Amino acid sequence: MKFLIVFIVVVFSFEYLFFESENSSTYLPITQEKNLQQSIKDGEGVYAEFCMRCHLAQGEGVEGIYPPLANSNWLSEKRTESIKSVKYGLKGEIEVNGETYNNNMTSMGLTDREVADVMNYIMNNFGNEKKGFKQVSLREVSSLSED
Amino acid sequence: MSTKIATLLFFCISLIACAQEDTTIKTLDKDYDYEVIFDNIEIPWGMDFFGDGSLLITSKEGQVFYHKDGETTKVADIPNVYNRGQGGLLDVKIHPEYPQKPWIYFTHASTQGDEEGGHTALVRADFADGKLSNLQTLYKASPNTTKGVHFGSRLEFDRDGFLYMSIGERGARDVNPQDITRDGGKIYRFHEDGTIPEDNPFYDQEEAKKAIYSYGHRNPQGMEIHPETGEIWIHEHGPRGGDEINIIKKGENYGWPVISYGINYDGTEFTDETSRPNMQQPFYYWVPSIAPSGMTFVTSDKYPNLKGNILAGSLKFQYLEHLQIDESGVQKREKLLDKIGRVRSVKQGPDGFIYVGVEGVGLVKMLPKS
Repeated sequence: MKFLIVFIVVVFSFEYLFFESENSSTYLPITQEKNLQQSIKDGEGVYAEFCMRCHLAQGEGVEGIYPPLANSNWLSEKRTESIKSVKYGLKGEIEVNGETYNNNMTSMGLTDREVADVMNYIMNNFGNEKKGFKQVSLREVSSLSED
Repeated sequence: MSTKIATLLFFCISLIACAQEDTTIKTLDKDYDYEVIFDNIEIPWGMDFFGDGSLLITSKEGQVFYHKDGETTKVADIPNVYNRGQGGLLDVKIHPEYPQKPWIYFTHASTQGDEEGGHTALVRADFADGKLSNLQTLYKASPNTTKGVHFGSRLEFDRDGFLYMSIGERGARDVNPQDITRDGGKIYRFHEDGTIPEDNPFYDQEEAKKAIYSYGHRNPQGMEIHPETGEIWIHEHGPRGGDEINIIKKGENYGWPVISYGINYDGTEFTDETSRPNMQQPFYYWVPSIAPSGMTFVTSDKYPNLKGNILAGSLKFQYLEHLQIDESGVQKREKLLDKIGRVRSVKQGPDGFIYVGVEGVGLVKMLPKS
């Protein structure tokens, strides 16, 4: 019996060590994904605090100055760029719903979690919900780098 | 309710809804030209000039640049800058008696303190031979919060050598601005060494933050001494509608959020009161909001049409606003440098020219009309 316990402990330790060493080379922080409804709800607060002043309450934007998020073709056609713009900022000319915008949005200093939440809020409001966007996960945001 | 009243109500609501279109501001037939002085700053948040025309300029991300004889050099990375949302390195002010008093003052969103997040701090450093040294914190508002809004902040000296600083209410509308025992939503007054004047209005009040000079503010990002009266003038961001210009008086309450001409961004109301007897009325209020940042009075002869008036940046509509004023208020408004970008800061240099900090563009010099 004693021998069996020792054996199990040894095997477990070995497995533990083995997995540790294998994981350490491709370390990803262990984080729980939120369900979509919670993420949208949390994103609403982020939106009100960081986005609404320019993009306005219904995501309508200001013509020629701040591009709309409502029914935005940029959002649906450029998913990665959209997420990166919230994470790192966006500068230069873009075309949204047929209108050209040339402005400068600086990085807001949001955490990756907040970026995911606010993206989910935007993608599920302002008429964008009809487009059936896939949920933005924390992992997806974290995996994006600036260049 | 009679049909007449209903019609009237409908008319009023339509008017308010239409008010987002700014119809009271004029566009120039021929706008001013400008020249980009340097473009290596994303957000030129604050600037101030030395007597020789050289200048210091802050970048929101935390760097301080020195510009002299056409050359721009980085002189410092300010530590503990909380770069989130509207927070970052904010204003810069050179002591008016420089170089006898070799001090430079900065405000920034700061992570100093035990709590997570940040709040606005006032710091001072020595500046000599193009170098900043001996940085010390003179005031740090508390408690920190992770809210990304309403840090303020601008700095100005009055003629008696007192230093004024603004701090926004940090997104705690119902907690901070009306409570003089809490930081945020206030104008502060200090001696040049950061100590608190004993004749500050709440100095003898127990529990009060003794540096407070006036309260009931939302988020002031413009402050300038009036060139003739010596009064401290500020402007502050309102909610949707209701940005204000205020003349600061000792111990007064400017009413936020009890009285306001604005409504919430989502269109809902938080107060239907626009005045109370014990609260100050603004000198002017903007509807719709222009999101004002940076402010200066024009005293130079280089721009005859602007002399004696106020210039204020508009973040929202991306122009420099010219407000023609007299004792009774604002008589005329004009867009200058229309569509140039988010105008963050504006100052008249010792050479009499107007310098403007524009996000994504850099520092520009506005050229007088020939």
